[in-house]
Amino acid sequence: MLGKTAGGLFWMARLLERAENTARMIETGQRIALTRAGSGADDWLSVLQAAAVSQGYQEKHGEVVPEQAIDWMLRDPDNPASVMAVVAQARANARLVRTALTHEAWEAVNSFWMLLRDALARKIPIRDLPKVLSLIRERNALTRGAILGTMLRNEIYDFIRIGTFIERADNTARILDVKYYVLLPSAAAVGSRLDNVQWDTILRSVSAEGGYRMAVGPDVTPMGIAQFLILDKRMPRSLNFCCAKLRDNLNYLASDYDLRLPCHQLADTLCRRFMSHDVTAIFDYGLHEYVQEVLGHLSGLSHQVEIDYRFYG
Amino acid sequence: MRLAINHTTRYRYTAPVPYGVQQIRLYPKPTRAQTVVDWSITVKGATKQVEFDDHHRNHVMLFSFDPDVTELVVHSQGLVDMADTAGIVGPHEGLTPLWLFLSSTGHTKAGKGCREILRRIAGGTDLERLHDLSSQIHGAIAYETGKSEIAWTAEDALAAGHGVCQDHAHVFIACARAMGLPARYVSGYLRMDGQDEQSATHAWAEAHVDNIGWVGFDVSNAISPDMRYVRVATGLDYTEAAPVAGHRYGMADEDMDVTLRVTQQQ
Amino acid sequence: MDMFDEMQGQEGHIRDPYATFDAWLSEEDATRLRAKSREAEDLFRLTGITFNVYGRSEAEERLIPFDIIPRIISGREWQRLERGIEQRVRAINAFLHDIYHRQEILRAGRVPQEMISGNEAFLPQMIGVMPPGGVYTHITGIDLVRTGPDDFFVLEDNARTPSGVSYMLENRETMLRMFPELFNANRVRPVSDYPRNLRRSLAASAPPACEGTPTVAVLTPGMYNSAYYEHAFLADKMGVELVEGHDLRIVDGRVAMRTTRGYQPIDVLYRRVDDDFLDPLSFNPESTLGVPGIMDVYRAGGITIANAPGTGISDDKAIYSYMPEIVEFYTGERPILQNVPTWRCNEKESLDYVLANLSELVVKEVHGSGGYGMLIGPAASKKELKSFERKLRARPGNYIAQPTLSLSTVPVFTNKGLAPRHVDLRPFVLMSPERINVTPGGLTRVAMKKGSLVVNSSQGGGTKDTWVLED
Repeated sequence: MLGKTAGGLFWMARLLERAENTARMIETGQRIALTRAGSGADDWLSVLQAAAVSQGYQEKHGEVVPEQAIDWMLRDPDNPASVMAVVAQARANARLVRTALTHEAWEAVNSFWMLLRDALARKIPIRDLPKVLSLIRERNALTRGAILGTMLRNEIYDFIRIGTFIERADNTARILDVKYYVLLPSAAAVGSRLDNVQWDTILRSVSAEGGYRMAVGPDVTPMGIAQFLILDKRMPRSLNFCCAKLRDNLNYLASDYDLRLPCHQLADTLCRRFMSHDVTAIFDYGLHEYVQEVLGHLSGLSHQVEIDYRFYG
Repeated sequence: MRLAINHTTRYRYTAPVPYGVQQIRLYPKPTRAQTVVDWSITVKGATKQVEFDDHHRNHVMLFSFDPDVTELVVHSQGLVDMADTAGIVGPHEGLTPLWLFLSSTGHTKAGKGCREILRRIAGGTDLERLHDLSSQIHGAIAYETGKSEIAWTAEDALAAGHGVCQDHAHVFIACARAMGLPARYVSGYLRMDGQDEQSATHAWAEAHVDNIGWVGFDVSNAISPDMRYVRVATGLDYTEAAPVAGHRYGMADEDMDVTLRVTQQQ
Repeated sequence: MDMFDEMQGQEGHIRDPYATFDAWLSEEDATRLRAKSREAEDLFRLTGITFNVYGRSEAEERLIPFDIIPRIISGREWQRLERGIEQRVRAINAFLHDIYHRQEILRAGRVPQEMISGNEAFLPQMIGVMPPGGVYTHITGIDLVRTGPDDFFVLEDNARTPSGVSYMLENRETMLRMFPELFNANRVRPVSDYPRNLRRSLAASAPPACEGTPTVAVLTPGMYNSAYYEHAFLADKMGVELVEGHDLRIVDGRVAMRTTRGYQPIDVLYRRVDDDFLDPLSFNPESTLGVPGIMDVYRAGGITIANAPGTGISDDKAIYSYMPEIVEFYTGERPILQNVPTWRCNEKESLDYVLANLSELVVKEVHGSGGYGMLIGPAASKKELKSFERKLRARPGNYIAQPTLSLSTVPVFTNKGLAPRHVDLRPFVLMSPERINVTPGGLTRVAMKKGSLVVNSSQGGGTKDTWVLED
């Protein structure tokens, strides 16, 4: 396979995952806005931060206004990380690697882009927001389904999965990074309702409020959340889960090519982090520092994959 | 007469070069005036990829840069036996049609300056007119190094009133073609009288005259090439006969220096 | 002027090849057909069969209109065309070999030397180069027009990088999906083996340096090129890599592509990049679309470039007018396919004639393509004629002129029922050292506007599925 093709697959998958995550962040923000009084400007700011698009927003708009924040994340042409822009880039990557995709997978990505382009042609009134967000969720699910159901389990698939899990781990880690302070024991000691809303936000940001109840129980605690999002092996967006999948897919490549490369070493090191820690140890070490390191590690790994599999030359 | 040649071109780059290719035309052409007794080319910092003879029958070698080199050294050396043919190279050979040597190129487009020179040309035969052309250009463009640019066209050099051997050759070629005579560029070596160290490689021109064939004209020295002139490559202009032409990636700037010794052995 | 309609004939009764189709059509309900027509368009959009329009924003992708009424050619009609096309392609290939070697045809005075020496498509770098297997034109498209039951003319030869074959294939796929019953009632010769034949044909032209099974790849200028869809489509259907210049390097004396496992040599490169951009070392030094040094590897026998560089010299519109001589010179036979009579404006007498009859002629730029820069006399205003006359006088050598042919029509499906529209035909021809293969049918381009003669997709033309029947 061409190095460029591997890169295109990797990025197509990352960007599709990113679009879904951003859409979920909007959903979370909207949910908080509906369940509490006040302007909600702070909540939207942290949503923008968790989606890593706050800097551009503030440069353009300054003050955080919910409608503008939503438009920014969904479709503002000045935001290169808007859902629209990200899906367009994902589709451009799919077009680049067209020969590596099945007909179904390509058509799923292409029709996702076409539908979204129509749906986001104009600013979305708040009352239509749920419809647009569910379109994004459904189309992403359809695309994932087409990939899962029609693609051969070979190197092409591996690069797609590697992209997906790097992005997903990165997203979860970023949410933890932006919100770590509400999980700190000192904050929990306050025990106010406000903190519960914040905790709820975190769980919703990763579509985990139902899963948490099922896996951990009805009591939401900071320790429980951290344990669930970092270490739980059943949770498909936890760092542990994503990194294990990441390593698995890299290992498939290694055995397929009969060649272990520096990125495999990095993936192993990353995964060991989750074996050797329990959640109290992480808190003792410093949640913030820990998450920062994971983020750094993920970006290093992503870069190493690019080099090892010659994405760019 | 036997000439021994030792030619080194050293390129230094301000940053490692990730990749690039270098085309090298440094193999003297066997003709009736010159016999290559022994010749070798080595390149440090790059790996030989292919070699072939181009449509001007130049022997071309293609090298690719070794990853991240900061220095490339092209070295050629050997022995060539020279015979005096009074500047006459001989009949046109090969598949490339003579009419191709009438086409003007970017470097050899005749304009106002060339037309002015052509108006002054005198002589009864083509050969006489070509000799006159050579001396007219010699008078119009003073030989001065370090003040001209490699990208100059014939007209640029005429407008400036000075230039190097490359400019002399380009003007000669542009004018000869305008006279309806096929002409070409030659790059090669010249042993300057009484000195072994040469400052650079040399260039001159050839025109094709009916019943005689290709005849050389070195405008810079106002003579036709003799036993001291080793022909290496030919082309429609400098770009086709350049000893080294390359294409590299990355941002590095290049610095080049040449050492050339041409010594007489017999 | 009598118009020949390929379905209705001249006298208004259905011609034989269309009999079965017409019977089916008369049973069909217009509403269902309208729905089918819309369905076809959605299908094309979803598949992404779009082209990018030059001079517009990079992101704009347009659909070429597809018409659901097939263009039908009988087996007997096709047989003659096929022989004529083969003959022509053989002659073009021989001409190219000659022009880049001894130039016998110039020496014999059958084609004037100025036609070559003043032509930018002539590449001196190809002089003396023998392409692997002697094949210059691996893929050719011959544009044909028709004026009557037995009157076909060659309008243009495309020997550089003819495009449109993906539309031929997708049009058929679409028709098969939408009207399967039609293919039960008619015995239509298949076109779907084109990609396999293309791959085989390319592989058969592998260079001496090739070891084992030849590796083929398609070189595209990139996804913003107007024909990117087709490049990806062909690579996909052939099961080969789609590469860009920056994927390639010279490694071990070969052109090699950067894969996830390192550099791997390519034996045959089906390039969809123009000559000028192919190699910055040999051609346009500013090009970033090509591969520096690929021409050197080519000349050393390390790769096959398809089509060979420099084939443009044979499909130039000025050379076109010499094609009857070229066919005779190299095949020793009379040309089976006729040329459209052509006036070369660089000849004084012709220019005078053209200027005197401008309003009845079609005038084309010698090096133009895509229908740009041409004048259609009968459709032009007085003002347009005047301004073109000035252009002609300024640079007569830049133009040729042809009579306005009464192009045949085939009905298209409109909201008001069937309506005749002018068509042309581009059959695709594959050449390998072993054989010449003409795909039955080709791409029918249709002028979607009433009375229009311009079928180019860049100017609003559409396409049709083209059927060659088994007789």
